[in-house]
Amino acid sequence: MSDNIPGFSTLAIHAGAAPDPSTGARATPIYQTTSFVFDDVDHAASLFGLQAFGNIYTRITNPTTAVLEERVAALEGGTAALATASGHSAQLLCFHTMMKPGDNIVAANKLYGGSINQLNHSFKSFGWSVKWADPDDLNTFEAAIDDNTKAIFIESLANPGGIVMDIEAISRLAKAKGIPLVVDNTMATPYLCRPIEHGADIVLHSLTKFMGGHGNSMGGIIVDGGSFDWSAGGRYPLLSEPRPEYQGIVLHETFGNFAFAIACRVLGLRDLGPAISPFNSFMILTGIETLPLRMQRHSDNAKKVALHLSGHDKVKWVSYAALPEDRHHALQQKYMPKGAGAVFTFGVEGGYDAGVALVSKVELFSHLANIGDTRSLIIHPASTTHRQLTDEQKTAAGAGPDVVRLSVGLEEVEDIIADLDQALSG
Amino acid sequence: MNHDDYSDAYIKGILDEVNTVAMIGASANTVRPSYFVLKYLLSKGYDVWPINPGQAGKEILGQTAYGSLDALPDTPDMVDIFRNSEAAAQIIDQILEGGKLPKVIWMQLTVRHDEAARRAEDAGIKVVMNRCPKIEYGRLSGEIGWAGVNSKTLSSKRPTLKSGFQHRGLTGKTRG
Ligand SMILES: Cc1ncc(COP(=O)(O)O)c(C=O)c1O
Repeated sequence: MSDNIPGFSTLAIHAGAAPDPSTGARATPIYQTTSFVFDDVDHAASLFGLQAFGNIYTRITNPTTAVLEERVAALEGGTAALATASGHSAQLLCFHTMMKPGDNIVAANKLYGGSINQLNHSFKSFGWSVKWADPDDLNTFEAAIDDNTKAIFIESLANPGGIVMDIEAISRLAKAKGIPLVVDNTMATPYLCRPIEHGADIVLHSLTKFMGGHGNSMGGIIVDGGSFDWSAGGRYPLLSEPRPEYQGIVLHETFGNFAFAIACRVLGLRDLGPAISPFNSFMILTGIETLPLRMQRHSDNAKKVALHLSGHDKVKWVSYAALPEDRHHALQQKYMPKGAGAVFTFGVEGGYDAGVALVSKVELFSHLANIGDTRSLIIHPASTTHRQLTDEQKTAAGAGPDVVRLSVGLEEVEDIIADLDQALSG
Repeated sequence: MNHDDYSDAYIKGILDEVNTVAMIGASANTVRPSYFVLKYLLSKGYDVWPINPGQAGKEILGQTAYGSLDALPDTPDMVDIFRNSEAAAQIIDQILEGGKLPKVIWMQLTVRHDEAARRAEDAGIKVVMNRCPKIEYGRLSGEIGWAGVNSKTLSSKRPTLKSGFQHRGLTGKTRG
C-alpha cells in the first residue's frame, strides 16, 4: 500500500490506525489511562529528553489521540498534528508557540465570534494584540502587517457568513513578509478544502464540528504544514533557539519539518495543559471515517435549502457561496468545488424580532450554539453567539440583527425545508 | 535512483539489511540530533560506531568512538553522514578510493550531493540523501505516529512488537 498514494476516503478510514499490536483489536482502542510504564530508567530518560518516540502521560501523548492526530495530518496533507481539548485551545497553543509579549496577529475580521473574542480580549493579557483586516480587500492585510506581526489568521470558509477566503493570495502576502499563514478549516473540513495545498503553513480545526460530526465531543487540532522556515531571522525563538526546558534542544533543528507540531506539544500542551480526552478522540475518529459521505450530503442539502430560501418572500437575502450569484461563488469554485459546506446565513424580513421569532418556532431544527451536527441547527447570532460584540463588529462579522445562521443537517431535505417554511409563515 | 522520492520498500530494505553503522559526526553532546539518532539506532539493535576525531578513544553512549573511517575494526554495512553536503562528497570519494565499500551510504536531513551519490551508486553502493534513519525507522515501524507525525503509511497488519513496553520493529527483521 505504501507506494501509491491512497485516496481521501481511504485515508479517512485507515490513516494512523493499524490493528492494535497487543490485542489485534481492529477498531482503535480507547486508551483511557493517564500514564504509561517505562521499561527502565534509561527508557524513561529517553522519553523525557525527546530522544525516543513513546508515551509518558496523557497530557502529552496518548495512543488513541495519536491515531486522531495522524489521521487529520494525513487528510490535510500535513507533516504532523497535535490534538487538543477544543478548537479554542488549539488556537491558544498555536499562537503561544509563535508569539511573545508585544507581538501581534493580523486576522480576518470575518471569523467565528468566539475567535474574535479570544483575539480581542483574552490574548491581550498575554501582551498579544490583533490587527483586523478585511478579506474582501487584501490591501488591508498588507497594510496591517508590521515588524511585530507573527502570523496571519483566517478561516477558509468563515463562520457564520459563508465567506470564502482567497487563501493563495493571502499566502503570497504572508510568504513575502516571512510570516506563517494560519487557516482555521473547521467549516470546510479537508474534504472540501485543503488549505496547505494552497499555501497555508498551519491548519487549525475545531474538531467539535464536522470532523466529529455528531455533536457529541469537543476537540481541536493543529496541523503542521511542514514547509515554513522557523529559523530564518530568528523570529520564532521557541523553535530556533536552545530550549532550557529540554537541556538546550533546538526543536527546529531536531525535528525538521514537523518541529512546529512538536513545539506545540512539548512546550505548549505540556505546560498549558488542554489535553483532549482519549474517549473524545475515539468519538471524533469514528466520525471522521464517514467525513466524505457526510460533508457531501451536508453541502448538497444546504444548497437545496439555500436555493429554496432565496425564492422565499420572508427572506431578504441568502449568503451561501454555492449559489451562482453569490459574491464568493468564484472563490468557492476555486477552493472548494465539491460544495460550500453546511452553514450559511440569511436575512429575515422583520429584523431582530423576526429572527428571534423564527428560532422559537422551528420544530425539527434545534436552537443551539453549534454547527456541524448530523441534526439541523439554527441560531440567531445577534442575540446569542455574537451578543458581546459591538454593532459594528456584529455587522463586520456578518452577524447583523436580521441574520439567521443555519447548519443544515443530514435529515431528508424535504423535511428540513418544510420546517423552515412553517416557522417562517405567519 | 530517484533521490527526490524514495519508495518505502527501498528504505525499509536498507534498514532491514544493515547491522553495523558508522556514524560520521556523532556528537557526545546529549541534545544534538546525531546523539538522538545514535541512541535510537542502538535501542533498535544496530551496532553503531561513532566517528568523531575529538572523541576518538572515548565512549559515546557506551560505544568506542573512532577518529576516522580507517580506524574502524571492520567495514560497516552503512555509513551515516552528519556533515554538510561538501564534506559528505569528500567522505564518499575517500570511501571509493579506500576500496572497502559499505552496502549503504546515508546522508542526514539537508545533506545532499548528487554527483558524489552517482559515483557511489556506480560502485554498487545504495545511497539515501536528505533523510534521517531515526525518522524513517520510526515512520515505517509506526512509532513516529505516537508523536502525531504523519507516517504516510497505511497497514491492516498487526505491527511488529519488540521486547519492552513501547518498542516496535520493522516487519521481517528479528533484531533485539
Ligand atoms: C470556525 C470555528 N473555529 C473555532 C471554533 C472554536 O472551537 P471549540 O468550540 O471547539 O473550542 C469554532 C466553534 O464554533 C468555530 O466555528
